[in-house]
Amino acid sequence: MRRIRSYSPVVMGILVAIGCGSGKPQSAAAKTDGAAQMADATAASSPAAPAGSPQATASLGAATIQLTARLDGAAPTREVVKMNADPVCQQQHASAFYLEDVVADAQGRLANVFVYVKEGVAGTFPTPAAPVALNQAGCWYHPHILGLQVNQPLEIVNSDATLHNINAKPTVNPPFNVAQPVKGMKTTKKFPKPEVMVKFKCNVHPWMSAYAGVVNHPFFGVTDDAGAATINGLPAGTYTLEAWHERYGTQTQSVTVGDGETKTIAWTFKAN
Amino acid sequence: MSTTHEPQGFLRKHVFSTDHKTIGIQFLFTALTMLLIGGLLAMLMRWQLGWPGRPLPFMEKLVPEGMPGGIMVPEFYNMLFTMHGSLMIFFAVIPLLVGVFGNYLIPLKIGAPDMAFPRLNMISYWLVPPAILTVCSGFFLQGGAAASGWTAYAPLSTTLGPGQVCWIVGVIVLGTSSIMGAINYVTTIINLRAPGMHFFRLPLSIWALFITAIITLMATPVLASALILLLLDSTAGTSFFLPAGLIIDGVLQPNSGGQVILWQHLFWFYSHPAVYIMILPAMGLTSEILPVFARKPLFGYHSMVYAIMAIAVLGFLVWAHHMFTSGMNPALGTSFMVSTMVIAVPSAIKTFNWLGTLWRGSIRLTTPMLHALAFVSMFIIGGLTGIFAAANSLDLYLHDTYFIVGHLHYVLFGGSLFGIFAGITFWFPKMFGRMLNETLGKLHFALTFVFFNVVMFPMFILGIAGMPRRIYDYTQYAHLAHVGGLNRMMSIAAFCLGAAQLLFMVNIFWSLVRGKPAGENPWQANTLEWSTSSPPPHGNFATTPTVYHGPYEYSVPGRATDWLPQHVKA
Amino acid sequence: MRVWLPDAITTTAPAIDRIFYIILWITGIVFVLVQATLVAFLVRYRHRAGRPAYYIHGNTFVEIVWTVIPTFILGTLACYNQQVWSQIHRTPPAPDLQVEIVGEQFAWNIRYAGPDGRFDTPDDVTTLNQLHLPVGQTVLFHITSKDVIHSFFVPQFRLKQDAVPGLRSRLWVQPTATGHYEIACAELCGLGHYRMRGFLTIESPAAFQAWLAQTRAESQS
Repeated sequence: MRRIRSYSPVVMGILVAIGCGSGKPQSAAAKTDGAAQMADATAASSPAAPAGSPQATASLGAATIQLTARLDGAAPTREVVKMNADPVCQQQHASAFYLEDVVADAQGRLANVFVYVKEGVAGTFPTPAAPVALNQAGCWYHPHILGLQVNQPLEIVNSDATLHNINAKPTVNPPFNVAQPVKGMKTTKKFPKPEVMVKFKCNVHPWMSAYAGVVNHPFFGVTDDAGAATINGLPAGTYTLEAWHERYGTQTQSVTVGDGETKTIAWTFKAN
Repeated sequence: MSTTHEPQGFLRKHVFSTDHKTIGIQFLFTALTMLLIGGLLAMLMRWQLGWPGRPLPFMEKLVPEGMPGGIMVPEFYNMLFTMHGSLMIFFAVIPLLVGVFGNYLIPLKIGAPDMAFPRLNMISYWLVPPAILTVCSGFFLQGGAAASGWTAYAPLSTTLGPGQVCWIVGVIVLGTSSIMGAINYVTTIINLRAPGMHFFRLPLSIWALFITAIITLMATPVLASALILLLLDSTAGTSFFLPAGLIIDGVLQPNSGGQVILWQHLFWFYSHPAVYIMILPAMGLTSEILPVFARKPLFGYHSMVYAIMAIAVLGFLVWAHHMFTSGMNPALGTSFMVSTMVIAVPSAIKTFNWLGTLWRGSIRLTTPMLHALAFVSMFIIGGLTGIFAAANSLDLYLHDTYFIVGHLHYVLFGGSLFGIFAGITFWFPKMFGRMLNETLGKLHFALTFVFFNVVMFPMFILGIAGMPRRIYDYTQYAHLAHVGGLNRMMSIAAFCLGAAQLLFMVNIFWSLVRGKPAGENPWQANTLEWSTSSPPPHGNFATTPTVYHGPYEYSVPGRATDWLPQHVKA
Repeated sequence: MRVWLPDAITTTAPAIDRIFYIILWITGIVFVLVQATLVAFLVRYRHRAGRPAYYIHGNTFVEIVWTVIPTFILGTLACYNQQVWSQIHRTPPAPDLQVEIVGEQFAWNIRYAGPDGRFDTPDDVTTLNQLHLPVGQTVLFHITSKDVIHSFFVPQFRLKQDAVPGLRSRLWVQPTATGHYEIACAELCGLGHYRMRGFLTIESPAAFQAWLAQTRAESQS
């Protein structure tokens, strides 16, 4: 009996460890300290290297890549979103609201293409302290496609007077699902690993979606309504670029830039 | 026959003790702590319900993810009511009624030196702290604590994170502790009664604890099994409760073959008898205390015993009255409605017998008596409101509204908790050899009684108005436009109710060191525990008592005193 | 500042309200009588020196009385209640309209069968959170869920039905009043449970058909 008594704490410990260890496969990443992480939004989006970053081994160059994206073929009709599921959303849209999965103008210039340097970047770059903003306004995510660096703060704001939940479903980073019931609430999250792309959705408003590309360097961009984007500050070298579109998949191209050179890369996606 | 053995070290005597009295006291302080924590969780909920979305600034430091900027988020609210219910049921009320009073009173009241299995008893206590830590660890894990409601309905409970899994494991461990305790109680009561202690001379609290233990043995294994199946569904990819075609968060789940409602049947098959586990001991304690302070025999002893048995048996036949809206076959709705209506009868019988005990008594309103009377009075409300819910067609409206929340709080707080307060204030002198302060005790009672009713009674009104339960923010619903004021009043009363419990805590701790010495029998009561010292020695009695008559021989005509202990010949 | 039963707007809702009031009267009277007796005893039989308590162990006759009377009352209540239950949950009357309601985290997917009378065909009309019903016609709901248990609750119907994945539950109503009402989710379904608010509009059959046609046209454009 004496032996049983001394084993019982061990048995209990094992039971507890089994129970807690075999939860759903969510990595026990460090909990982010939500509201305490209000990073200053001082720096603009251009990634200048802040002083005193001990891991910085790479520095920026002066080369630039101009990107253009086009859609070859007729763009599909954009789907109208009926927001009457939530009166707060409906009130903010006097005219029809369209989904942003394929945004192409009459000349075929394609917006919302995420382009980043996939291979060829040497060294590590400092993590910017300035947060990237993801805003929920009019029951839609603004921007719909965004990019940020590994461990750069993503500041998610609810600008609507209704509940949004930010349900992020990355595969290599820890997923999260955070509710923001009150207008003005901010949640800050970071992604510790590179991942292209992380999908965000809102369960209360099923039409809402956004995608974030997380990369471990500052060389990325998202094409605007004119189908254009710029990647600055590249050191001279040969790089593989990848372009991602929500509907039309990914493409890669190789580019070599000299010091301070500017090159233009065009991407064409086929409408199917 | 105080048992003698070699002197024991501090750990063996006070920590890993096998003395039922020490174990009972360990349960007492552990469970009172959990009562406090459960109460704090409730007060946080009442903050949100009273002032939805309003920030509570200092909370951001304590729970930065649950209350960012001090504003509660819905997932945290879901954790709060889940953990409030779970802690109160599994770690406060059941341990207080069954662990404290079962352990402390059974050997003493039947004239035995200890439980039949003292080491099993020690293990049954020591399973509880790890269970608590496991369940509460959820608050510190990613995704937070369990958030499925204490009822953990599948499939929702299989989709939540590690905190939910820890909840499942912790409750399994707690259930194991309960089963061990029940084995001990049944064996002890059957085998270790003193000479002359026939079954129908047992104090009613022992009958209640005996039958409660039998219920525990029959029901808890079903819960444990159900929890294991749920654990497997949550972690091992099985499909006991998960049908084909589930699309969770846009992802088609690979499960198939499971039945969602099976969880509800298994869960409620335990959890309905569990509510009788939580009320029968309190009824027993009340039946013990009323005769002492009315100086009168318990009215209808045999009826009371048979009523307890009837409640226990019928208690296993009513579980699906929690499932009238579940989609189960409507014929089951009929059968469970009938059995639920029937179970009201033995409870009514008991209530009338308590009134009969008071009738023509000589009533002294001591603190334990006040709590016992509050038990009767509040249990009446809880029981009567149960009839509304038993009517299955009306339950289609009332199910999952605040009406049910009101009903359950009247039986569990108005009933069980006042019964617990009655028991603690009554047996504190025996446990610790000191009297509690009467003034503080009466003040605590009065404030608790008043504020309890102010918080809980409006819940019936809210339920009638259609306010659903487990709702983080009711303000968006048009039919609930006018309930804000009522909710605020309830919240303020809840904070006052919480504050009033400080009086109870102060009373206990102060009296432990400075209370008046109690002596053997401060209440002039008849049952065997009052015939030995306060606290009793190891082994309880100097010599095994012999029992000559029942436990409620008060005001026997022709005697010098108005009490006649069980071990004293008439 | 009315905090009480909302309006009853179906053919079966008044029967449920009647049961509520019957039980309220019975339990109210019992409550007052028993609590008053309790208080009266506490006052009348408080301890007074020189007046001992009455030594009695019980009385078989009163035990029988207070067993039989509650049994009779509860038995009658059970029978009456069963009539209403079977009215609501027995085989539903022939429906004029069938609507499928699929709960999901965190919205109500509502589907009208369309002219062919069958679900999941191209002529269906689907909405999110918008339920329109014609007044005076019998509607049969088929209620289920995609993910976890939800519960379709309209307080003015006095009805709720759990939306259970893997089950298709039926619920029928015949609305008797027009107006705008709300649907609430009455079974915890996650962090958005409190926000599963749907919008119920009950209107004349003509207005209902017009809305249905308009919604179908909008979704096809």
